[in-house]
Amino acid sequence: MKKTSMVVFATIASLFLLSWIVKGMFSEGSSPYLDGFLVTLAAFLTLAIMSFLYKDNPYYKFAEHLFVGVSAAYAMCLGFWSTIVGNLIPRLSSTVSDFFQVNYIEGDYNIFFVIPIIFGILLLMRLSPKAGWLSRWPLAFIVGTTAGLNFVRYLRSDFINQINSTIIPLLIDWNGFGDFFSNMNFSATGQLVMMFSNLVIFVGVVCGIIYFYFSKEHTGWFGRASKVGIWILMITFGASFGYTVMGRISLLVGRITFLFKDWLEIIS
Amino acid sequence: MKRLVPLIITFVVGTVLILSVFIPPMEGLGENFTLFFDIIAVFAFFLGGGNLVRVHFQKMSRKSDDWEFSIVTLVGFFVMLAAGLFKIGNPGDIASSVTADGSLFQAIYRSVFVPLSSTMYALLAFFVASASYRAFRAKNREATLLLVAAFIILLGSTPFGTMLTSWVPESWSIFQIPNLAVWLMSSPNLAGQRAIIIGIGLGVVSISLRLILGLERTYLGDDNA
Repeated sequence: MKKTSMVVFATIASLFLLSWIVKGMFSEGSSPYLDGFLVTLAAFLTLAIMSFLYKDNPYYKFAEHLFVGVSAAYAMCLGFWSTIVGNLIPRLSSTVSDFFQVNYIEGDYNIFFVIPIIFGILLLMRLSPKAGWLSRWPLAFIVGTTAGLNFVRYLRSDFINQINSTIIPLLIDWNGFGDFFSNMNFSATGQLVMMFSNLVIFVGVVCGIIYFYFSKEHTGWFGRASKVGIWILMITFGASFGYTVMGRISLLVGRITFLFKDWLEIIS
Repeated sequence: MKRLVPLIITFVVGTVLILSVFIPPMEGLGENFTLFFDIIAVFAFFLGGGNLVRVHFQKMSRKSDDWEFSIVTLVGFFVMLAAGLFKIGNPGDIASSVTADGSLFQAIYRSVFVPLSSTMYALLAFFVASASYRAFRAKNREATLLLVAAFIILLGSTPFGTMLTSWVPESWSIFQIPNLAVWLMSSPNLAGQRAIIIGIGLGVVSISLRLILGLERTYLGDDNA
């Protein structure tokens, strides 16, 4: 380790140690030093990740590697308690259910719940170079389940329901031409805007789909419709981009608020 | 055995799940298969954890680049795993929730997992800002539309956007930037999203059918594996 790096490390370590002690001294609660340590740790990890904006460095690598390990174990623990203990054990054994204090679910076909255990063990064979091919069986089950579920789900929600929602009235609250022109309303929920919105949705969806249809050359009226489809898609991408930026910035504001409010207690 | 059995499993499971939607007596079977899927998915998490441990132990034993950080990964992994599986510090008994307040698992989740994950995503704000600087150039009509849409959405979500068009009368309120942003999201954006979703839906349905019928076999890998 270089001398400069050691100095930086020592400075950072002493600053965070000081932060822990100060927070422990002034924190209220049953275990002030533990609370102080946890807040200081969270602040250190937040700053360690943010340090990547300068350049890749050991503090960032530390936080990154810790994140990988913790998140893998987090998913495993939640899966174990919610699915294995919550759904599998209550159907397999009353004794084990009693141990975990979960209600045993009686059923004539409970014996079949051995199948996912066997498949699960076969999936772990992936780690073995010789018996790795056995993991294809549970993988096939996963693929089959996903395909079977998605076939109906997507057909219903992403195809039929979307088309159903696109076939909408283009004339809303229509009471004749006289009423329409005498009650023109540009408010967000006004009749004119609602009608225009429905028209945009209907034409936009049709033109968007035409743009994605590649079996016919995009020339003539088909090409013009495809062009309108591109415009609609560009607005969609722009809106999605703006929305994503807002989401990320609100997360950043959240982290900065944590640093200044919970850690440094500069803002109330 | 290596290819035929998986193809049969995929066909049977996929067909049963599709039929269970149309034949009510098979509904229970469909639900059980979904539960089986969830249980196998947990074993997939275990496989992921096992693989992580193997990879990092290998990295340490071979003294590869940055092998010291593998210790951090493994320590984080085993501490979190022990805290979760043995419910260390959990104020309740074995039946209480693993995420109960006061447990070590929850403390690590709040002080390590949440700050790390949210800061990782927050960091993207800076990269998105630099990407938008490059992408948001009104070079042609399409790029201008993208720029204007994003600009209205961003402006519409800030108090500045509200202030900028607060003078617009209520009867013309659609031209107030926050309302315009809402309209953009609920009309043209909805139309574009819907066109994309319909395309995705058709794609998923066709690939599902190909998988069930055994026409798509890439998930099986090559024979030598």
